[in-house]
Amino acid sequence: MSASAKSWALHLGLIAVLFAAQFGLPSYHATNVSRIMVLAVFAMGYNIAFGYTGLLSLGHALFFAAGMYGMGLPIWTLSWAPIPALIAGLVAGGALAGLVGLLALRTAGVSFMIVTLMFAQAGYLTLLYLNTHTGGDEGFVVDSAARVIAGFDLSTDAPRYMAALILFATAMLICLWLVRSPFGRVMVAMRENEQRSRMLGYNPFRVKLTALVISGLYAGIAGAAYGMLFGYVGATFATIQYSILPMLYVLLGGAGTVIGPFLGALLMFYLIDITSGYTTAYLFVVGAALVVLVLFAPKGILGTIRERGLKWLP
Amino acid sequence: MAALMQALGLTRHFGGIRAVDGVNFRLEPGEIHAIIGPNGAGKTTFVSLLSGRIPVQSGSITLGGEDITRLAAHVRVKKGIAYTFQITSVYPKLSVFDNVALAAQSAGARDLGGQVAAALARVNLAGLEDHLAGNLSYGHQRLLEVAMGLALKPRILILDEPTQGLAAGEIEGFKALVRSLVPETTVMLIEHNMEVVMDLATQITVLNFGQVLATGTPDQIRANPDVQSAYLGGHDAEG
Amino acid sequence: MAFGPFLFLALLEGTVMAAVLALTAVGLSLVFGVMRVVNVAHGEFFMLGAVAAWFVTYYLPFPPAVTWTIALLIAPLFVGAIAATADVLVLKRLKYDPEATIVATIGLLYILQQAALTFYGPDARPVEPPFHLRLQFPWFGYSGYKLFVVLAAGLILLAVWAFMTRTKAGLVMRATQVDMETARAFGINVDRVYAGTFALGAALAAAAAVLIVPIQQAHYLMGHDPLLLSFIVVIIGGLGSLRGTLVAALIIGLSDGVISMFFSPTLAKIIATLLVALVLVFRPQGLFGAKA
Repeated sequence: MSASAKSWALHLGLIAVLFAAQFGLPSYHATNVSRIMVLAVFAMGYNIAFGYTGLLSLGHALFFAAGMYGMGLPIWTLSWAPIPALIAGLVAGGALAGLVGLLALRTAGVSFMIVTLMFAQAGYLTLLYLNTHTGGDEGFVVDSAARVIAGFDLSTDAPRYMAALILFATAMLICLWLVRSPFGRVMVAMRENEQRSRMLGYNPFRVKLTALVISGLYAGIAGAAYGMLFGYVGATFATIQYSILPMLYVLLGGAGTVIGPFLGALLMFYLIDITSGYTTAYLFVVGAALVVLVLFAPKGILGTIRERGLKWLP
Repeated sequence: MAALMQALGLTRHFGGIRAVDGVNFRLEPGEIHAIIGPNGAGKTTFVSLLSGRIPVQSGSITLGGEDITRLAAHVRVKKGIAYTFQITSVYPKLSVFDNVALAAQSAGARDLGGQVAAALARVNLAGLEDHLAGNLSYGHQRLLEVAMGLALKPRILILDEPTQGLAAGEIEGFKALVRSLVPETTVMLIEHNMEVVMDLATQITVLNFGQVLATGTPDQIRANPDVQSAYLGGHDAEG
Repeated sequence: MAFGPFLFLALLEGTVMAAVLALTAVGLSLVFGVMRVVNVAHGEFFMLGAVAAWFVTYYLPFPPAVTWTIALLIAPLFVGAIAATADVLVLKRLKYDPEATIVATIGLLYILQQAALTFYGPDARPVEPPFHLRLQFPWFGYSGYKLFVVLAAGLILLAVWAFMTRTKAGLVMRATQVDMETARAFGINVDRVYAGTFALGAALAAAAAVLIVPIQQAHYLMGHDPLLLSFIVVIIGGLGSLRGTLVAALIIGLSDGVISMFFSPTLAKIIATLLVALVLVFRPQGLFGAKA
């Protein structure tokens, strides 16, 4: 089987397994997996910036929250229909990423991390400051009437799972196509050696900005979907924690792999879920995972597997 | 005949050091133009100014009559000036195919696979597409670097110390390769190996202390007393 | 209250804030300057200092003045030891790769927060100040302890300055800052310098927390604001420049005090964070730093 065929088989197979899983999973786990699929879309977006283009951002919570509020606010204040609201969330995430990128991409490395962190922090504080318009700390509930698409009530288990799966599958196939496209090759080239890439005729700023906007679109639609599927929009989703989570998922699953973000999200989610049965030390699990990964497995699970043999893994 | 590329009064100082100091330079289409000079004469800085890797302090550069003095490096690449690095600078973690494909797609290749194969064949690296560039031998990495330059389909190919570290047999192959490029591509060559220079170049410019010491054909340069003294002086100082 | 006295009060509060901030930020700046490490867990060292102070003052059966003084000595030592351990176990093994160390210190942040939550609990608890003294101004009364905080922070900073410029250890640290490779070649034990620097930076944050905890109470999430503000100060002051850090701490502390008093603390923080981002983008050497 050719590398391309193997990779299609793997990714379509994952989608098929997730589709079949909804019929076997108990309700509790079905909700978990829906959550994981949406968070995996967020992490995939993070991976496009970090894993493929080498942009280590600490500000992706801003784009996630932009998507969430971009979806939620028009419903809350203008009574928009769900589909236009989701599109507004998608656009908000991409637009904010573009805006931040225009400034932050003048820096690199550690400065880039801090600048993105600061913009995200300013965004979070702005949500609190404008509490009369945003619901502030408490956030708001998404109107249940606005959570029905084509007769499917997304607040119920089966439609919610399907909606999450459709979003996840679409996002993953686009990601797969992107990283195998000529532009995907240029993103990786930028990560590997920016100066060399410039001497091959690529404008580093434009390539990185494009990658960041794509990443922001992913984060935006993930935030919008999260708010819509689980019915709540709140400022907690703009905190630094939600910038760290996708980074953690990507590091765990394997930066620069298409399935890595999903694998990371799945494992991390259940790691916390299972350990929280024994201990409340949720923060410790996250912290220890970060330290252990960066010390012993900086390439993550799939990155290591790819290095050891499965070279065709995209 | 109009020059393909022309530099007038090109200058770049680093602190107090005049790396390139008022250089006038003409590159005619189809020539193989070698830039030579003792160590520290400003050769690499000079071609870096031409390719845009280092910004110009004063002076001007035109390409086919168009002023490109202030254009960013990646824009100049698009306009047909390709630069291959002195220190091998391929992407070690990417495959040979991806390395060359990056160059070919930048030049707008339609048939990526075909273009990559053609560029690799010209430097005798055909069949190595799936190898990681970092696993190639040093000589092969130098050739890959040249293949990337070729895949850009440049009007001007600037080769910075291309034969450094190549074995004698590889140098012969390399000379044949460069000869096969002209006149479609104009070649600029920074080179220490005088046999290669005298054998290949149709035109030579000698730099010394950031200034042009002489320009001419290999025979003229060989006969030039200034060049002889600069080189002999240089060797005395080094030895 | 009239505007004049109100402004005076705001400036007083700002000065206290600036003093504590300077101490915390100098710790962060030192670590970045010498080791080129951006320590995201710096705020947690601050928090641990406050929590340690609570334990010491709560469990030791002496009067507040004595227990607090003991806390001021023990808490920085304790926190410094934790930092040195983290350096040897984690940062050193990462070879101080800038991006990897940031990820690792984020992990450290969560671990320390969890440790505080587990062993100390989710409540905010007060620490008795070492003395009660009320200074009576014509318009309002003011805590004498707060002014003592300014004085104490100034003394500690002076001690740090003397240590860096007058002692052999300080010289070794500065030599390592300028050129780590050369320092190693001259037989300086760089590993020990790094562990010591990381410990010193953390100890300064802990000391700042012991000073402020009688005013502010100890809480396991209290490290967040000091971290953010220290970042702001260190970046605006110019990364790694101690003098710039001090000037910036004064400006940020005072302006934060004034803006928070007259407008909203949240707005003050929004402005400060945006300012930091813009400084890094357009003037990476800091507002007061010399061009590199």
